[in-house]
Amino acid sequence: MARAVSTRTRLTFTVIGWLVGFVIFFPILWTVLTSFKSEGAAIATPPQFLFFEWTAENYVEVNSRSDYLKHFMNSVVISLGSTLLGLLIAIPAAWAMAFAPTKRTKDVLLWMLSTKMLPAVGVLVPIYLLFRDAGLLDTRIGLVLVLTMANLPIIVWMLYTYFREIPGDILEAARMDGASLAKEIIYVLTPMAVPGIASTLLLNIILAWNEAFWTLNLTAAKAAPLTAFIASYSSPEGLFWAKLSAASTLAIAPILIMGWFSQRQLVRGLTFGAVK
Amino acid sequence: MATLQTRASARLMMTPAVVLLLLWMAVPLAMTLYFSMLRYNLLMPGMEEWAGFLNYRFFLTDPAFITGLLNTLLLVGGVLLISVGGGILMALLLDQPFFGQGIVRLMVIAPFFVMPTVSALVWKNMLMHPVNGLFAWIARTFGLQPVDWFGEAPLFSIVMIVSWQWLPFATLILLTALQSLDTEQKEAAEMDGAGALSRFIYIVLPHMARAITVVVLIETIFLLSVFAEILVTTNGGPGVQTTTVTYLVYVQALLQFDVGGASAGGIVAVVLANIVAIFLVRLIGKNLE
Repeated sequence: MARAVSTRTRLTFTVIGWLVGFVIFFPILWTVLTSFKSEGAAIATPPQFLFFEWTAENYVEVNSRSDYLKHFMNSVVISLGSTLLGLLIAIPAAWAMAFAPTKRTKDVLLWMLSTKMLPAVGVLVPIYLLFRDAGLLDTRIGLVLVLTMANLPIIVWMLYTYFREIPGDILEAARMDGASLAKEIIYVLTPMAVPGIASTLLLNIILAWNEAFWTLNLTAAKAAPLTAFIASYSSPEGLFWAKLSAASTLAIAPILIMGWFSQRQLVRGLTFGAVK
Repeated sequence: MATLQTRASARLMMTPAVVLLLLWMAVPLAMTLYFSMLRYNLLMPGMEEWAGFLNYRFFLTDPAFITGLLNTLLLVGGVLLISVGGGILMALLLDQPFFGQGIVRLMVIAPFFVMPTVSALVWKNMLMHPVNGLFAWIARTFGLQPVDWFGEAPLFSIVMIVSWQWLPFATLILLTALQSLDTEQKEAAEMDGAGALSRFIYIVLPHMARAITVVVLIETIFLLSVFAEILVTTNGGPGVQTTTVTYLVYVQALLQFDVGGASAGGIVAVVLANIVAIFLVRLIGKNLE
């Protein structure tokens, strides 16, 4: 039985909760608001919160001047490409570990996890040199490969924790009824696995979209995704707050919305099933 | 029961993932290890020669490394303190029933999805700018002297930005753990006359202990590699005041082209991360039983 809570306590917590939530969310809100200001209004003191002249010119300018669309497409290709490639490699592996576990399955899983803990900076030099010699520097395909490998352990782990919850008995029942392996996968396993695969996809697109070590170190102008494009605003002469805000808003909006949808899976994916 | 045939096909299905990860880990790491024993600078091609442990000696005795190590510890420690401490409070708050809880939760977890370069630049410029920033305006409103955040306390400024990014992660995971707590236990303690504080200390906190450990370990792994936030705000400066071990290796590799020295630094970073990783892998392994 849940305890009855007095209306007064509830109201107090409502006020505190909204206040704290607002403070934490404020930098994002401020970015969105600033993106609709003129450059002059963006740096005005005292700051103008709602009563300024709303304009969309920053969005127009960011798009026309700096080839924003190209960087956006780079982000899309890199995050989607690396996630799909990762799923392609990980689904069979996770399936095998969940449904035909051996004595060594646990060790393999933990070993995979340990590769994720290898700091990127430890392999920066060889990857950079290998990429340079293979002509992969500043290419989308190069980044897709690196991010696939960087996120593969998380993809395998997430899929594994989902697949493990599918009752194996159902598969056996299907087999008893004469289903072939192909049919078993298409008609029995896939419908049950789709939600898990979808959440894995979502979380990994988010991780790849926001990845900011390899994307900054392995790209220049051509293949730079949004993380690197936004970084170019750090130079003092490039500091236009309203434009920075417009570019930032465009860069974070799609992923923020995806993130809100996947908040439950986030816990599971990022703790490798240690907290559910 | 897995038959011989399914076992064979299972092995086949695992092969690509295992082989690729093995290559991804072993090949570059072996190369880093090899390079770390060479005198090897990209600006002097063809001059590579065996150097033994010289690179390690230079890297470990470099004053920048000592500062870098200290900065790394301060960064990781500071962010952990703020995000885990704040996360516990946030989780307790979000666990209370109130109006619009779902929306507040969405607002609280939002920073986690903001890419590092965006959060760093937005904070550095629009919030922490000593003249036009919002914090400066707030300070003046209360008649205080605005703080030149990145001038006076550069490392602390980065700690604040990174904490803002990781607070949602801690909150979300601790909240998940908190909600799995059996309410009957709390009610029983309450009936026995336990106050709110002792209920928290003796029932809630022990229940959350595992989740807190997981948060600390996972955050540490990611925080040891914080890079973009430093690159776009301070470039490791002023001087080496915000240079971490990760950043130092980046400088040596891609700015000074010192492959040997950077590789030695990379190996040092790997060793540091492994100390944490061992604990985390064990903890998760136990959970797998």
